Amino acid sequence: MAAYLMRRAIMLAATLLVSSFVVFAGLSVAPGNPLATLSGGRSLPPESVAVLVQRYHLDEPFFVQYATWLGNAVRGDLGMSITLRHDVSELIGSRSGTTIALILYAALIVLLAGVSLGLLAALRPGIVDSLVVMSTAVVVAVPPFVAAIVLIGIFAVNLRWLPALGNGSGLWDGIRHLTLPAFALAAASTAAVARVTRTTVRAELGREHVQTAVSRGIPYQAVVRRHALRNAAVPISTLAGMTVASMIALAAVVERAFSLNGLGSYLVTAALSKDFAVVQGISLVLVTSFVLINTLVDVVAAVLDPRIKLGRRA
Amino acid sequence: MNDLLRISGLTVRLPLDGEMRTVLSDVSLSIAAGEAVGLVGESGSGKSMTARSIVRLLPPGALVEGTIRYRGNDVPSLRGQRLRDLRSSVSMVFQDPRAHINPVRTVGDFLTEALRVNQRVARREAEGRAVRVLDEVGVADGPRRLRQYPHELSGGLLQRVMIAAALLTEPHLLLADEPTTALDVTTQAEVMAILDELRRERGLAMLFITHDLELAAAVCDRTAVMYAGRVMEIRASALLHDHALHPYTAALAAARPSLERRAERLVTTPGRPLSAFEAPDGCPFSTRCPHVRQRCHDERPDLRPLDGGQVACVRAEELAVSHD
Repeated sequence: MAAYLMRRAIMLAATLLVSSFVVFAGLSVAPGNPLATLSGGRSLPPESVAVLVQRYHLDEPFFVQYATWLGNAVRGDLGMSITLRHDVSELIGSRSGTTIALILYAALIVLLAGVSLGLLAALRPGIVDSLVVMSTAVVVAVPPFVAAIVLIGIFAVNLRWLPALGNGSGLWDGIRHLTLPAFALAAASTAAVARVTRTTVRAELGREHVQTAVSRGIPYQAVVRRHALRNAAVPISTLAGMTVASMIALAAVVERAFSLNGLGSYLVTAALSKDFAVVQGISLVLVTSFVLINTLVDVVAAVLDPRIKLGRRA
Repeated sequence: MNDLLRISGLTVRLPLDGEMRTVLSDVSLSIAAGEAVGLVGESGSGKSMTARSIVRLLPPGALVEGTIRYRGNDVPSLRGQRLRDLRSSVSMVFQDPRAHINPVRTVGDFLTEALRVNQRVARREAEGRAVRVLDEVGVADGPRRLRQYPHELSGGLLQRVMIAAALLTEPHLLLADEPTTALDVTTQAEVMAILDELRRERGLAMLFITHDLELAAAVCDRTAVMYAGRVMEIRASALLHDHALHPYTAALAAARPSLERRAERLVTTPGRPLSAFEAPDGCPFSTRCPHVRQRCHDERPDLRPLDGGQVACVRAEELAVSHD
């Protein structure tokens, strides 16, 4: 296990290095000159330009700029926002809570609702199974922005059960405000996890080792829990982890739709105003979380299936 | 005789390719307490289905007729807890331990599962008992084995684990479904010896499924020969092997290579083994039997007592005379 974790840690560091380079390089090849953004389109005297160039290291070679930026980023310094004249790390920190809460809420829905629906369909062939299969086939094809509009239309406008916009204040109000966004974000992934749970649990129930357990007089619920669901947990957790990781990017859409003050909506704002330090900073945070979650998924799979470590399939 | 298990007139039909097909036809068999009965036949002759019927492990949609009585209980009508009690009292050893043991749970979990879930034995106590039984089946270093996973053990070791798990619940009847077929030859002998010895020590009854007539003769008191989902002959193992009454049994015995005599070619039985639903109206073996007569095509012979056993062949007496 220790060797496996070590190998994963080295791969993680390499992936982060490459992705940080892509984040940094991506913005420098994007159209628009940082100086034009800094000056707000006005023509500046050469002295002011020189000051700006020096402050933002614009005169240095590309790789030196990258090294400086990465060195600062590792120490938690992501530079200054150009439009807000404020520390990027702090700006990100103040908005990340909403995004983290939204993704955790959505992940909880994906796991609880997805696995229960899939299990229900696997164990109840016939009408229950058909209902789950048909409804998940529809929902799995609904992107979050469509789900957002539908949910707002039904639960906020018509039924007036839940608020549609804003963050809310306090814990309970905050949860109420996050409920519709979380369901919009989780809908398609929940359907996908339900379908995979149904298929894998059913496949496991047909396996020989399940017959062994049944032949020993183990009660059926225990057979399902200890063998079918336990063994299906490997593909389920892999899919759930991947969809949660993809939510990091999709959260931007949902946050915009529900006017939530999170990282995703800030990324869109910053990109539109060419606030490149903020765009780089948020991109780096998002990419890092994505890579970390994927690594976590791999480690969880290795814990759940003891054959993975030995298989050297990383 | 006080029978532990009595099967009579067992007929099983399974849904295959959209129609119900007979896989067992009028099977009758009994096992006394402490007795070992061999069940011999070619692939698809219904040996495994017979064993599975006893613990109700048939595929969904199976139709079962006839009676199976285990210690006075009518097996086909058992439900819920009573069915689980039956399954706790009848242990099954499967052919392929690699497939029949959950790969993601530890060996210890596999061994102690039935004790802990069904009998509410505490973990420490169950593990202690597991280590003792592992030692009896020849697996040393028990405490370490309990923490290992199935893929870390060899096939022979894993089959011993399977046998240990079957013995741990202290059953009255052991159903061994070709327990050594998936193992290599040297391991086969060891595993067979352990199974035979521990069974005798504990006075356990056993239904031993194999396609090896000689192996069945070595470990079983009586042997039943099956063909096309029917029992062709049941007799004391030694008699069955040396003086087969049914032509099919004789064909099986002749097909096995012998160490004593040199053979240019091995004897084979022409034709292929039939499933129960393919069998002709008369004797199911009539299409391949060297001694076939018109009578064999016309009537289906029932099992009838003869020479201390039972045989389903109309010409059994005259053939027995002509052999001697």
